[in-house]
Amino acid sequence: MNMAAQMKDAEAPVLEVRDLTRVFSIGKSWLKEGKPLRAVDGVSLTVKRGEVLAIVGESGCGKTTLSRLMLGLQQPSGGDIRVLGEPLVGVDRKAFARRVQPVFQDPYSSLNPRKTIGQIVGDPLIIHNVGAPSERLARVETVMEQVGLPRRLVNSYPSQMSGGQRQRVAIARALVMKPEVLICDEPTSALDVSVQAQILNLLQDLREELNLTYIFISHDLSVVEYMADYVAVMYLGRFVEVGPAKQVLNTPKHPYTQALLDSILTPDAHLGLPQLDLRAGFPDPLNPPPGCRFHPRCVKAMDVCSKSTPKMVRIDDTDVECHLYPAKD
Amino acid sequence: MTRADSGASQTSEPVIDVSGLNVDISVPAGILHAVSDVSFSVGPAETLSLVGESGCGKTITSLAMMRLLPRSAKLTARHIRFDGMDITNYTEKDMTRLRGNRMGMIFQDPMTSLNPVYRIGDQLEEVYMRHRNASRKEARERASFLLEKVGIINPAQRLTQFPHQLSGGLRQRMMIAMMLMCEPKLLIADEPTTALDVTVQVQILQLLRSLQKEFSMAIVLITHNLGVVARMADKVAIMYAGKVVEQGSVQDVFDRPTHPYTRGLLECIPRHGLTAGHDKLGSIPGIVPSLVGKVTGCSFRNRCLHAEEVCAMRDVALRPVKDNHDYRCLFSPEELAGAREGVAAQ
Ligand SMILES: Nc1ncnc2c1ncn2[C@@H]1O[C@H](COP(=O)(O)OP(=O)(O)OP(=O)(O)O)[C@@H](O)[C@H]1O
Ligand SMILES: Nc1ncnc2c1ncn2[C@@H]1O[C@H](COP(=O)(O)OP(=O)(O)OP(=O)(O)O)[C@@H](O)[C@H]1O
Ligand code: SF4
Ligand SMILES: [Mg+2]
Ligand SMILES: [Mg+2]
Repeated sequence: MNMAAQMKDAEAPVLEVRDLTRVFSIGKSWLKEGKPLRAVDGVSLTVKRGEVLAIVGESGCGKTTLSRLMLGLQQPSGGDIRVLGEPLVGVDRKAFARRVQPVFQDPYSSLNPRKTIGQIVGDPLIIHNVGAPSERLARVETVMEQVGLPRRLVNSYPSQMSGGQRQRVAIARALVMKPEVLICDEPTSALDVSVQAQILNLLQDLREELNLTYIFISHDLSVVEYMADYVAVMYLGRFVEVGPAKQVLNTPKHPYTQALLDSILTPDAHLGLPQLDLRAGFPDPLNPPPGCRFHPRCVKAMDVCSKSTPKMVRIDDTDVECHLYPAKD
Repeated sequence: MTRADSGASQTSEPVIDVSGLNVDISVPAGILHAVSDVSFSVGPAETLSLVGESGCGKTITSLAMMRLLPRSAKLTARHIRFDGMDITNYTEKDMTRLRGNRMGMIFQDPMTSLNPVYRIGDQLEEVYMRHRNASRKEARERASFLLEKVGIINPAQRLTQFPHQLSGGLRQRMMIAMMLMCEPKLLIADEPTTALDVTVQVQILQLLRSLQKEFSMAIVLITHNLGVVARMADKVAIMYAGKVVEQGSVQDVFDRPTHPYTRGLLECIPRHGLTAGHDKLGSIPGIVPSLVGKVTGCSFRNRCLHAEEVCAMRDVALRPVKDNHDYRCLFSPEELAGAREGVAAQ
C-alpha cells in the first residue's frame, strides 16, 4: 500500500451511519394507534472520501427514506449519522445541507419552472447566506462550467432545456455548496441512454476532480456495476448484503442478490429471457414476514428461515444476513 | 435462456403491415413531422420492437395503428393492413370494433386506460361483455383466470378494488390482463415495464412471451431499454427524429449495428466488466433536432461522427446492409466501419 492510500485510510470516514431506523405510523388518528411501518430498520454504513456506495433494492424497500434521513430532510426514529466524525442527528438542517446534497431522479419536476438557471443554482448560497452577491455569481458560473453548462444559459428557464441539461442543473445546484457527499437517488432513470451516459461520465469526472463521495441509488444493476466501489442490497428496510462491488456482483451470497443479478438484461440478442430463482408474492411492509424477511420468496429457504432472524456475518469483505451463512458464536 | 423459444413463423401473413406511414401534427410553430416514411410488418407470435430516444415518434406510431391520434394530427400511409384488411380509411365506428377486441394497447401510463372511478373487475368484464356478447358470469370467470395468469394472487379480492388502491406494478399487470380479455391478435405495448422492478420486469416479459405463444399474438413492443429489446424481440426498428434509421432481426442489428446512431446507442450502455474509474462510456453528443418544418438531408448529421457536407444536402433513403437488414445513411457499411476504426486508432 502506498503512502497516499495509507493516509486516506487514516482519515475518518466521510459518512458513517449506525443502526439507523425510521418508523412511520400508518393510519394513525386521534382515535387509534397507528400501525408501525419500519421503512428503514437498523441500517449501518461507512463511506470513505472519494468512494461510491450504491444502494439497490426493489420499490418500497426504503432507499429514498434512507437518503432523506442522510440529507436531514427527515428525522430518524433511532440511530446515528456522522459526517467527518461529527454527529448530525439533532443538528440544525442547514449544517447538513452544506455537507450532504441531493440529486433527485426527475429533472423535470425537481426544478422550479419560474426561476432562471442562475437563480436555481445560486439559491442554496442565498438560503445559507454564503458570500457577497458578486462572489455568488462567480461561484454559480464556476459550477455551471464544472457540469458542462454554457454560461449563456444562466438566464434561461428549465423549460428551455433538454432532460440532460436539467440534470446538469440539478448537479450544479448540489455542488454550489461544496458538499462532501452527493446523494444521487436514481439520477439517470428518467433519461435516455445517450443522455444517461453523458451524466454518468460527468459524475465520474466530478468525483475525480473534486474528490467527491457518492451514495448512488439505482435499480439498474449495469449502471451500479459501472459506478460503484461498494454495493448495499436492501430488502424491506434492511441491508441484506454489503460489500465491495466486485464481490457482491461477481460472487453474490444472498439469494436475493442472486435474483437481482439474474434479472439484468444485457443487450445480447442471442440470449432469451432469464429464469429467476424467486418465488412470487410481494411482501407487505406493514406485516413483514417473521424470521428472514425474504423467506417467502426464497428458493433456498429452510425451516429456520421462518423462525429466527439471521445475523449479519462477514465472509471475505462482504457482510451478509442469511441463514445459509450461520454466525459462528 | 437461448433463443429457441422465439416461435414466430416466417411464412404466414403478417398480422399488421404498415407501409409508408407519415404523421404530421399542427403546432403553433408550424407542421411537426412526428413520423415520416415508417414501414414494418409483424407476423403471428412475432415481436417487433420500436426503439429510440424520447420524442423520436414511438408512441405516435403506435397511436397511428390504433387510430387514436390527437385531432391536430394528420395521418397518411400507403397502407396499414390489419389481418389482411386495409384499415387506413376505417371509420371511428369500425375502429371501435377492433380496439380492445382484436387490437389491444398497453399505454405508457396505465392510468390512461384504467378508469379511476370504476372497480377493476367491472372494467375488465365490461370489455369482454361488450365485444363478446358474454354474460357477467362468463366475463368474471375469464377475468379471474387472467389475473391469475398475470401473477396476481387472490384475484377475487383484487377485482373489487379501484385503480388507485393498487401499486404501480399491480396496475401494470391489471392493464395487461385487461388487454388480454379478448385474446387480441395484435398487442401494442408502450414501455410496459419501465416503472417496474427488475425482477418484476423479467416476470412480466416472460408472461407476455408465454401468452403470445398461446394466442399466437403479434406484439409491438416500445421501449428505450436495449436489454429488453435484445432478449424479447424478434425484429427491431431503431427510430430517430420520426424516421426508421435501421431495421432488421435483433440478431442482425445487435451483432452488426451499421447506422452511426445505432452504434452510438449500443456504446452508451454500461457493460459487464467496465468501471467508471477506467472506462468512459460512449455518448452521443448534442440533442435531437426540431421536427417542425421541412428537413433536408440526414436528421442525425449534427450528432454524427461521420457526417460530411453531403449529409446536409441529400435526402437519405433506407438501403440494405443485406437481406432484411436496412439502414438509412449515405455511406456504405464498409465506409462506416472503416472510418470508425480510424477514429478509434487516433
Ligand atoms: N412519509 C411517509 N409516510 C408513510 N410511509 C412512508 C412514507 N415515506 C415512505 N413510506 C413507506 O416506507 C417504505 C419505503 O419507502 P421508500 O420511498 O423509502 O422506498 P424506495 O426504496 O425509495 O422505493 P422506490 O424504489 O419506489 O423509490 C414504503 O413502504 C413506503 O410506502
Ligand atoms: N399531442 C401532440 N401535439 C403536438 N406534438 C406532439 C403531440 N404528441 C407528440 N408530439 C410530438 O411528436 C413527436 C413524437 O412524439 P412521441 O410521443 O411519439 O415520442 P416517443 O418516441 O414516444 O417519446 P417517449 O420515449 O418520450 O415516450 C415529439 O416531437 C412530440 O413532441
Ligand atoms: S447520412 Fe451522414 S449524417 Fe447521417 S448518419 Fe450517415 S454519415 Fe451520419
Ligand atoms: Mg425511492
Ligand atoms: Mg412515448
